[in-house]
Amino acid sequence: MKWKIVIFSIYLSLAACLFSAVAMAAPGPDPAGSITGTINDVTASIPGKPTLEEVAAQAGHNKVAINFVWTLIAGFLVMFMQPGFAMVETGLTRAKNVAHTMAMNFMVYPLGMLAFYICGFALMFGGIGALGTLGGYGGLNHEFTINLFGKPFGLFGTKGFFLSGSAYDAAVFTLFLFQMVFMDTTATIPTGALAERWKFLSFFIYALFVGTVIYPIFGNWVWGGGWLAMLGQNFGLGHGHVDFAGSSVVHMTGGVIALVGAWLLGPRLGKFNRDGSPNPIPGHNIPMAVIGTFILAFGWFGFNAGSTLAGTDLRIGVIATNTMLASATGALAATLWMWLVRTKKPDPSMMCNGMLAGLVAITAPCAFVNSISACIIGLVAGVLVVEAVYFIEGKLKLDDPVGAISVHGVNGAWGCLALGLFADGTYGDGWNGITGTVKGLFYGGTSQFIAQCIGIISNFIYVGLISLLVFKLIDLMVGNRVEPEVEIAGLDIPEMGVVGYAGVKLDKHSETPISK
Amino acid sequence: MKKIEAIIRPEKLELVCQALEEVDSPGLMITEIEGHGKQKGLTQQWRGRKYKVELLPKVKIEIVVNDQDVERITKAISDAAKTGKIGDGKIFVYPVENVLRIRTGEKGELAL
Repeated sequence: MKWKIVIFSIYLSLAACLFSAVAMAAPGPDPAGSITGTINDVTASIPGKPTLEEVAAQAGHNKVAINFVWTLIAGFLVMFMQPGFAMVETGLTRAKNVAHTMAMNFMVYPLGMLAFYICGFALMFGGIGALGTLGGYGGLNHEFTINLFGKPFGLFGTKGFFLSGSAYDAAVFTLFLFQMVFMDTTATIPTGALAERWKFLSFFIYALFVGTVIYPIFGNWVWGGGWLAMLGQNFGLGHGHVDFAGSSVVHMTGGVIALVGAWLLGPRLGKFNRDGSPNPIPGHNIPMAVIGTFILAFGWFGFNAGSTLAGTDLRIGVIATNTMLASATGALAATLWMWLVRTKKPDPSMMCNGMLAGLVAITAPCAFVNSISACIIGLVAGVLVVEAVYFIEGKLKLDDPVGAISVHGVNGAWGCLALGLFADGTYGDGWNGITGTVKGLFYGGTSQFIAQCIGIISNFIYVGLISLLVFKLIDLMVGNRVEPEVEIAGLDIPEMGVVGYAGVKLDKHSETPISK
Repeated sequence: MKKIEAIIRPEKLELVCQALEEVDSPGLMITEIEGHGKQKGLTQQWRGRKYKVELLPKVKIEIVVNDQDVERITKAISDAAKTGKIGDGKIFVYPVENVLRIRTGEKGELAL
């Protein structure tokens, strides 16, 4: 009998608790989620009775919070582009070099990040001023400036080294995370063009240079308040050089470094015959390249739509959709161009390059153009990338195993030009301190087009010269290229100490062609 | 005794094995090989440049039989392996001097 009484009394007390809970009107479960979040959730000195000021403060905090969350999640998406690059580059190269190619794509992330943390971020954003969408903090407030033609030319920032001092701020950290993954995108582009012959030690040092100096300086000129951003204010050229998410800052920079690197390093053994005609060196894994391309296209939503640094800027709907449209027309154009014009086959590796070319090209203009323009920009990019691949290999005699120069360099330039042509004047009021929206040549914005051209030319000259200097310097220190016997054997064991595909016998497809 | 050596398409291996079973052929040996005939391989393309893959995957079947079985078995193989298109392969027949079954020590036709 005793245990029955015990259970009964437990039951009774539970029921009493439940009843009293209901009687006190504490919130019950809300399966629909429609009544969770009430006036009680507004921070107020008298709970449940916020003043108007307190409601307004909460609204402001929430707006900035949405922008923080948006920027961070977009940054996480862009971070995931790293495996995309790794897979595209490794898939389009040979099986005997997979451990080396993958390792470059892997280590560029930590190396570039630390370089950017040490000083890259400070040089790029140290003079940006108030962080508008992230709460307006103004601790990054010093730009090194020289005077030319009686106008200030901002060259680099000087606040925020090691994210310390006045940079120890939640908004600055958020900006760092987002901008660091952009820098890493640039840093990993040349690993594709230089694959299968680049000495790992040389790559290692390069990754530090790109994160500390090469990328941040040009980035400052466009995004950190430097002289290209000020072309509008100083010389009346539109809104200055406008690059929404980095066709020039990120992609063209990576493409130009790749161009210089591929030129200095020379082609892979067997790539060209004595008469200059190229030998194909087929990549070992098309499925890997295709999956990598999809991962990149996915990450690109963070890349472009995240570049508002504001989830409360509803232009993100237009930006994301323009991005996906251009990726589609880029892939379509490259496929059809190969299939109908250049060869008789649609060519999977060019499909991938085409989609990426469309994405690179829409990166600068994505926020400023309508959907038809986005489709046209992608279509042009798809044809341009195929022709650039033929031109770089056939005419320039440069060896770019994965098409990085064509995808990122050529189409990065095209993306910036496209902004100067197609920007339709529906967005960008106040961009770079200029009132009025951004208009391209087709909408009456001649000076904007000129600013875009100046941006592209400056990128080519600056990035070309500094990467030439950096590669030459590294070559003097440690040498850029592996020995021929290493290249023939495959870089995996001599450079990395391990084969990428242990237990798999590689066949003739991994061999080096003989130059005739 | 004769050795029949048939070079066939890899995808025809299963059909050929079935056909051999039906004509009651003795044991067989299979090797995966690469090679080409008069037509010299396949043209492929990589990023717009054509190249020739000269060595194509093939399967080599080896069977040692009595002289009177040669006709029956080569016919079974060629019927099963034929598509009528370039690349069907070839059958070679060689004389065999002797055979020895390791387990019992039997020799000659007894060992087949």
